[in-house]
Formats: sequence, structure tokens, C-alpha cells
Amino acid sequence: MPDNLSLSKTPLLDRWVRIAPGERIAIVNGKVDIGQRISTAVALIAAEELDVDPSRIDVAAPETGAAPDEGITSGSNSMQESGNAVRYAAATARRHLLALAAETLGVDVDTLEVDDGLVQSRATNRSVTYWDLMPEGASFGVDVDETVATKPVASFRHVGKFAPARGIENLVGGTGTFVHDMVFPDMLHARPVRPPHYHAQLTALDDAVVARLESEGVTVVRDGSYLAVAAEDEYAAARAAERLANAAQWDTGPGLEEADLFEKLRTAPRISLKIVDGKPVEDPVPPLADPPKAAIATVAARYDRPYHMHGSIGPSAAMAVWTDGKLTIWSHSQGIYLLRAAMADGLEMDMDDIRIIHTPGAGCYGHNGADDAATDAALIARALPGRPVLLKWTRDDEHAWEPYGSAMAMDLRASVNEAGRVIDWSQETYSDTHMNRPRPGANRAGPGRLLPLNYLADPLPKPEASPNMGVHAGIHRNLDPLYNFSKRRLVKNLVPSMPLRTSSLRTLGAYANVFAIESFMDELAHEAGIDPVDFRLSHLDDDRAKAVLSAAAERLFAGEKPDHAGRGIAFAQYKNAKSYAAVGIELTVTDEAEVKLLRAVGAADAGQVVDPDGLASQLEGGILQAASWTLYEAVAFDRDGITSRDWETYPILPFANVPEIETVIIDRPDDPFLGAGEAVAGPTGAAIANAIFDATGLRLRRLPFTPDALRLAALA
Amino acid sequence: MTSFTLTVNGAAHSVECDPATPLIYVLRNTLGLTGPKLGCALEQCGACTVLVDGEATQCCVRAVSEFEGSDIRTIEGLAEDDTGRRVREAFVALNAAQCGYCTPGLVTAATALLKKNAQPSRDDILKALENNLCRCGSHARVIAAIARAAGEGVRHAG
Repeated sequence: MPDNLSLSKTPLLDRWVRIAPGERIAIVNGKVDIGQRISTAVALIAAEELDVDPSRIDVAAPETGAAPDEGITSGSNSMQESGNAVRYAAATARRHLLALAAETLGVDVDTLEVDDGLVQSRATNRSVTYWDLMPEGASFGVDVDETVATKPVASFRHVGKFAPARGIENLVGGTGTFVHDMVFPDMLHARPVRPPHYHAQLTALDDAVVARLESEGVTVVRDGSYLAVAAEDEYAAARAAERLANAAQWDTGPGLEEADLFEKLRTAPRISLKIVDGKPVEDPVPPLADPPKAAIATVAARYDRPYHMHGSIGPSAAMAVWTDGKLTIWSHSQGIYLLRAAMADGLEMDMDDIRIIHTPGAGCYGHNGADDAATDAALIARALPGRPVLLKWTRDDEHAWEPYGSAMAMDLRASVNEAGRVIDWSQETYSDTHMNRPRPGANRAGPGRLLPLNYLADPLPKPEASPNMGVHAGIHRNLDPLYNFSKRRLVKNLVPSMPLRTSSLRTLGAYANVFAIESFMDELAHEAGIDPVDFRLSHLDDDRAKAVLSAAAERLFAGEKPDHAGRGIAFAQYKNAKSYAAVGIELTVTDEAEVKLLRAVGAADAGQVVDPDGLASQLEGGILQAASWTLYEAVAFDRDGITSRDWETYPILPFANVPEIETVIIDRPDDPFLGAGEAVAGPTGAAIANAIFDATGLRLRRLPFTPDALRLAALA
Repeated sequence: MTSFTLTVNGAAHSVECDPATPLIYVLRNTLGLTGPKLGCALEQCGACTVLVDGEATQCCVRAVSEFEGSDIRTIEGLAEDDTGRRVREAFVALNAAQCGYCTPGLVTAATALLKKNAQPSRDDILKALENNLCRCGSHARVIAAIARAAGEGVRHAG
């Protein structure tokens, strides 16, 4: 049984690598490219192992049935799962091809050399190509061998070198096809019509309006409280959705609960679990004891994070067509197999009758409306057999209905002794679930997590959240600090009765946990009168962690600090197992109490680096997305529903506040890939808080750090 | 339904549609120019940015009827423009996109800037992008790419 999770599910080599016509190599993997450049990385790995130019490699868009099932593209797992699977697959393929070549050329395999797919023997002057050896239709017929010899690092020609991002010309030229851009003959454009809020039920629909719409060629789909429209012209569909919304009457009930979020997180009924070594255990949660006697200082602080949106620039969309009882769906879901299983269950179809083809959408890094939009498209397509349906959410739909990153509250307390050592550490984190992708579960939990199915006449209810018991999963991701504290009390609290729909947003709980831990480390260092970098270094045993922190500090503190500027630093190892990352921030606070970012430094150790520019891009993007969360973002709502419904009511980072960014990558070519897509987000939040403290003496503990928040802190 | 003549990427097109239709739908669905993206339909994100008589213009709200007689250029048309090509090449050279959904709007806004101001400062660049949003966090590369395209313009001119 292979160790690699992806290979354990899909061992057959032919599923991963194909010697394709036209002197091409096809790599088929199951992780989707969402701008993080996984397809560039796997192409470089395959090119390296197969001794072909990367330009010969095609990386197919994953689709159900064809691609290996690699679960969800999430958790910074793609390099470890897909990257390693492709490395072993390509190396096994090369070994197989060389054995064929040796036989064909009548030479010893050890005499063979490969140059861009041309196999030559030093013993003769004869040669043969991969494509001669495996003409169209030929198969390897063997499993991927995880013990196969892979290329030594010293011989790398592609791995670790700059590479153009796959598809970059098309993206820049506007010719890349997003699902939003797809065109089929006879296709219809569709829009959902959502209730005013989660709990509203449709009570009446003006028949005259429906009749008028239908007389204009608009199809109205109605099933319980579920409404949608479809029309040949897109603008007509958009208008029809507005008219149908105005023709609907809803029982809005008591509406959304308006309690103080952070009060509710800390007091509402919850499931509490003690965390040991990053994992929930069944032991009872110990009470918070008095500080140890050796403590010279004990500090307690509470940190809060509101709900955050994924906020894709393009609202979610999907194309679907229903033909002879079978569904084909083009979707930007990050988990096409899970979506297929949930949809088959929800629509009571055979899984084999649903085909889902990953097609790019707008970036978000997490579980946005993609799976829900695919379900919308499926429901509408089912009502209109034979007609391809391109369903798009509006900006309003996306803002109000995507599953948010959960609001969280973190309560910390720690004691420091005379030597400046942390001798006692406690953290409790309170949050709703971060795991709401359409995973199968009891009581049809999979389809119950597909939003449209919650509103049908025969609805599938949204399932109850249950605590994730995995290592560094969900709420307790990065709750356990990497520091060598001798005594720690860590508790996760799942609060399932929170008012808004939540799921996986980049880093899940890690951003808020690290924001709290790394803000608090600064508070403790300040209390102990120790430099914050030294304070951290003295509590780290891992040399790679120290190297990353030191590298970021060296860059951040190089040069004169501008007048009135503040500098802050923070560190974490994502899940205590993926990339090490430290972020340094230099900023000023303006007279208008606005935080102006001047400079950001991101240092990371992601193990062996395959695509250094892709890694740098992930670090830069992670810093900027997290800076946006930290400074600008909070989902607002009242009893009548979500009130953050566009970019004015939910602002994100503008270009005007983009800092100069420097990245430092510590390459560890002899170490395994660690995965880096989420590494810098938590450190960024805390580094900003720490820099604000350095600049102003104000300690901000509730996100986001808006001018109002700064003014409030100044008054306190 | 009303007939309109639109000049897009240098060619005249006769289109027939509801006169209230925002230009973006006509460009994308009638003329097949899917480079400009539908992002917010509120003129808040810049994904739909096109050049209208040389000005970076969001086209997701204003009706097609307002654009008759204007010179409309989409990202597709920038391939034939020296400045546009330089901007595109710089974006490609720096891998200045992640998902790429906001990218055509950014390239278009940058082209409008460089046509007016061949040597923009960093602040000029930020100002020119004030109507554009990006979620993946490619901002720093986008800014660098525009500076690079400007630098090459200077060299070409010299």
C-alpha cells in the first residue's frame, strides 16, 4: 500500500501519465489549478523525472471519471499529495520506457540517456523516442512504484528554476476561458433568486409576473422556496431575476440573531475539547488553574475575529446540461468528486450519470459558492433537458450567500518567570465550524451542505456541525503553538448555533489562532522587557523555524525606520507540519487613523522548492489577502439579513494600500515539499497588530483594524 | 429591441438589443469578446474595464446606447497596440496573475495610464488602479509589471 494518499487511491500509472500523440506527455492529476500554480509545479516535476522539456507536458483539467480522485484542493496539501504522486508516476514511467528502449535497441539499460524524450544508447548510435516506444493506445499496465529512484537534486534542470505560470499568456490576454465565458449552441443564461435571508420561506409568488416572464421566453424554476430564472439573453435573465424577486413574498420569521458575536461565541452552548499535540482528545477539559508561583508576570488577553468572506472577484458560476437523464457540469469546485457524490445523493441519481469537469473560476482559496452554483445549474438544467445552462450568481448573491470564514474568539493567558521563560500557557478558541464542504456524512450531510437543496419543497436540511477530530483541523488549526512551552492548556470550543453560514476559508482556524498567539507573544515579550524576536527565538527548538524568523527579522530591521513608522514580526509553521513562515510589516498610522502599509517581508521554508516564483507568488498573495482581512474586512448583518452586499459595504484591500513586498525563500532541496499556500496568513495578521503597537503603543485585539477601531483603542 | 452601431477594436459592429443593456453583455455575448469580465455589475471592481476613447472605463452598468460613436477597445484589441502589447508582455514576464479574473481589467487600466503618462511614479500607478480590485493578492506584481512596461517604453523611445 503506497504511503502517498493519492497513489493509495489511484495506483495505476496509466491514470497519471500518458505518452500522448504529437510528441506530447499528458499528466492527469486531481488537484485543481486555482491560480496557485499547482499545474506548473507538477509539470516541472514530470519534466524533470521524464527528461522532457516542460513545454511538451500537458496538465489536464481534472474531471470526474478521468482524473485521479485527490479529494479537495485544500490545506496546502497539493505538493505533498499530487506533487509527490506525479514525481513517482513520472519516474516509474521513465523506468518503464527505458526498459522498453533497452529491449528495442538491444542494449543494456544502463547505457541509455534521454534528451527531451529521445532515448539514445552510448553503446550504439541508434535511438528511439518515447512516442515510438509507446504509440497511441499503448499502456504502461503497471502501478506507480513509490520506491522508484527519482532524479538526484544535483541533476535538476527544471525543478527549482524560474518557470512561466501555465496559461499566463491567456490570462493576461483575456483569452483564458473561465466557466463564466463558456459558450454552447442553444445555451441559456440563468440566475438564482434567493430569499431575503437564510431562514425565509416563500409564501407567495405573483402569478401574473411569472406569466409575463414566461410569455417573454423566460423559464421560471420554482421548487418550494427555491427560485431561479433562465433566458436566452443574459441581460434579460438578470432583469427577470430582479422582477421575480420583486414578485415573491417571504415569511421572514424572526430573522437572523443579532447577539454580540464575540459574547455569544464565549457563552453559547458549545462542544469543548482539550487539544494535545494539535489533536482533540477525549479527556475532560481542565479548568484554568492559578498562575504558577514562579511567575513574575501573568498576562491575559482576548482576541476577536469577525466573519470574513472569500470574496471572489467573479461571482460563482457553473454550466450544466441534462441529457437523457445524465448531467454534465462545468464547475470551479475545489472538490469535484465530493461534489459529484453529494449531488448524486441530493438529486437521487446514479453517480456514474454525473460528470463534473473542473473549469476555472475567480480565485478565492477556499469553499466559496462554487459547489452551490453547480447545484443551482444542475437544478435548472434538469428542468430544461437538452439546453446547456450557464448559471451565474450576482455580486449580491456571492456576498450574501457564500459560506464565510467563521467568526472566532481566542482567550489567552500566560505566565513568565524571572528568566523570561513562559512557564504556563492557556488558550481557548471559540468558533463555528470551518468544515462545510459537501462531504458525505450521517443524515445526508453531503447534499445538505449544498445550499439550493436546503430550500426545495422536499428540503435537505443543513447538517449540524460536529467537531473535527483531526490533527490541526478546523478550529484548532495552529491552536497548539510551535514554541517549547513546558506547560500548555489548549481548548477548542465548537459553537454550532452561530448566526451565519460558514465553511473553509484559506487557513481555516489558523489565521485567527496565529493572530492571537503571535500578538500575545509580543505582549508577553513587552511585559518581560525582552526583544520580541529574541523572545520567540528563545522559545523555539526547531532550527528551521529559527532560520525563517531570523531571515524575516534581518530584512525587516535592515535600514532606518521611517519617522513614526512601526515594525512588527510574527511567525508560525502552518499546522506545525507544513511551511515555516515569518512575516515582517512596516507601517504608519495616518492622522485619519488609517493604517498605511509601507513594507512587508515574507520569509518561508517550504522544503524542496519546485517553482520558486510560484512559491513567492503564494507568499505575496497570502500576505496581501491576510492584510485585507486584517485591515478592512468584517461581514455585517442584521435581523433582516446580510448587509455586506457589495464592495462598498464589504471593502477589501485597495491598490493604494499595497506595500512593497520582499520574499525570502529558504530552499531545502534535500527535504520533502511542505506546501505553502496558507503559511503567511496568520503571521501577517499578528505582524500588523505588532507593528501598530510599535508605531502607536495601541494594542489592537479585535479585527479588523479600521480607523474606527484605532480611534476606539486610543480612547480606551 | 433597437439597433446600434458600435466601434469595437477598430471595427464597426451593428448590434440589436434592449437599449438599456449594459455594454459588457453586448461585448461578451453578442461580439464574443469575453476578455472583459463581469465582476460586480456595480462599477466597483474594474474586472470589466475597457478603453472608451482612450479612457479606462467600466462597462458593466452604463447602457450600450451611451457608447455609440465611441472608440471602444477591449483587452483583445490591445494585442494590436504597442503600449498594450508592452503591458501584456510585462505581466507575462512577471507572472503577474494568479486566478487571472481581474487581470484583463488591470492590463487595460494600465494601458490607459501608460498612453497618457509614459513614466508614471508608483503613486501614479496606484491611482490608475483605484477602481480595480484583486482578491488573490497579485497587486505587487501588477504594480511591478506596469513599472517594467513603462521602463521598456522609455528604452524603446530612446
